[in-house]
Amino acid sequence: MSFTEEQIIRYSRHIILREVGSKGQKKLNEGKVLIVGAGGLGSPAAYYLAAAGVGTICVIDDDVVDLSNLQRQILHTTGDVGRAKADSAKEKLTALNPDCRVISLHERLSAGNALEIIKEYDAVVDGTDNFPTRFLINDACIMVKKPFFHGGILRFFGQALTVIPGQGPCYRCIFGQPPPPGSAPTCAEAGVLGVLAGTIGVIQATEVLKYLLGLGDLLVGRLLTYDALSMQFREIQVKKNPDCPVCSDNPTITGLVDYEQQVCTLREGE
Amino acid sequence: MESIKISDTLDITDVVCPVTFARTLLKLEDMQVGEVLEVFLNEGEPLHNVPKSITNEGHKVILLEKAGNRYRMLVERGE
Repeated sequence: MSFTEEQIIRYSRHIILREVGSKGQKKLNEGKVLIVGAGGLGSPAAYYLAAAGVGTICVIDDDVVDLSNLQRQILHTTGDVGRAKADSAKEKLTALNPDCRVISLHERLSAGNALEIIKEYDAVVDGTDNFPTRFLINDACIMVKKPFFHGGILRFFGQALTVIPGQGPCYRCIFGQPPPPGSAPTCAEAGVLGVLAGTIGVIQATEVLKYLLGLGDLLVGRLLTYDALSMQFREIQVKKNPDCPVCSDNPTITGLVDYEQQVCTLREGE
Repeated sequence: MESIKISDTLDITDVVCPVTFARTLLKLEDMQVGEVLEVFLNEGEPLHNVPKSITNEGHKVILLEKAGNRYRMLVERGE
């Protein structure tokens, strides 16, 4: 595949980077990324990945746009309130970069469809707002050996971790199992400074691009944490759990389960 | 004067930075080491930056001369 004149111009800032060049740009153009959740984290991640020329982006989200989302979910506009987030996302990403083939799935990622969907992609971005789905993605990615780019935000804090099956720890090595329903704050109970979604979502997108390009050091075995109030990043060394129920040599979890969902239930008018 | 065999020609007078440099790099990438590319470029920013950037990438500028209202550069593809 050679670049069109329009692509040379669009991607010129990548092409002139020695570490990327035309070969790297082609890798991006052939890359396939799944974004789970078109919300706070998924929005900036998907937006920059589309801008970078990632060839195929699938956005899966069963939710519709709510006015209260717009404080941080930058793929959606006021006019999108009430629309399926997956469709709104597809419209914006395609408008930004027609090179990018965008697949929108207006459904929830579940134990029933996760493996089937994830196996089609090179990388999976965590843009979820709840622990059950996050554990589900982690487990599914380990099972089909796909890299998983975790991100999470709450209040003024954020974190990111990259899981490469067979290399470092997985999300479950570090966090064990989903917290029991009622113990973890849901987004209905905890606020978040909207801009945190951009900070962490863009770190996830950076990791995806580095992975597709084969560049640099990924956040494998290093949990990056961010405190916006003190404006400090910290790095916590995290190890693989030799008895991890999903990624150890003798896993006890060999199939996917849907944990009880505890998601944001606070909706305007409800 | 020793004659230089020119393998390909590129006109970057119709584009601006950084496309000037990107198009030159892409053209050189398609050539063999040692082959010579002839590039026509404008004075000002392209003349100031493109030869320098190309040299930093390991290619060799073997000639840079004024050609009418633009410049002509010969670049030998490096490793």
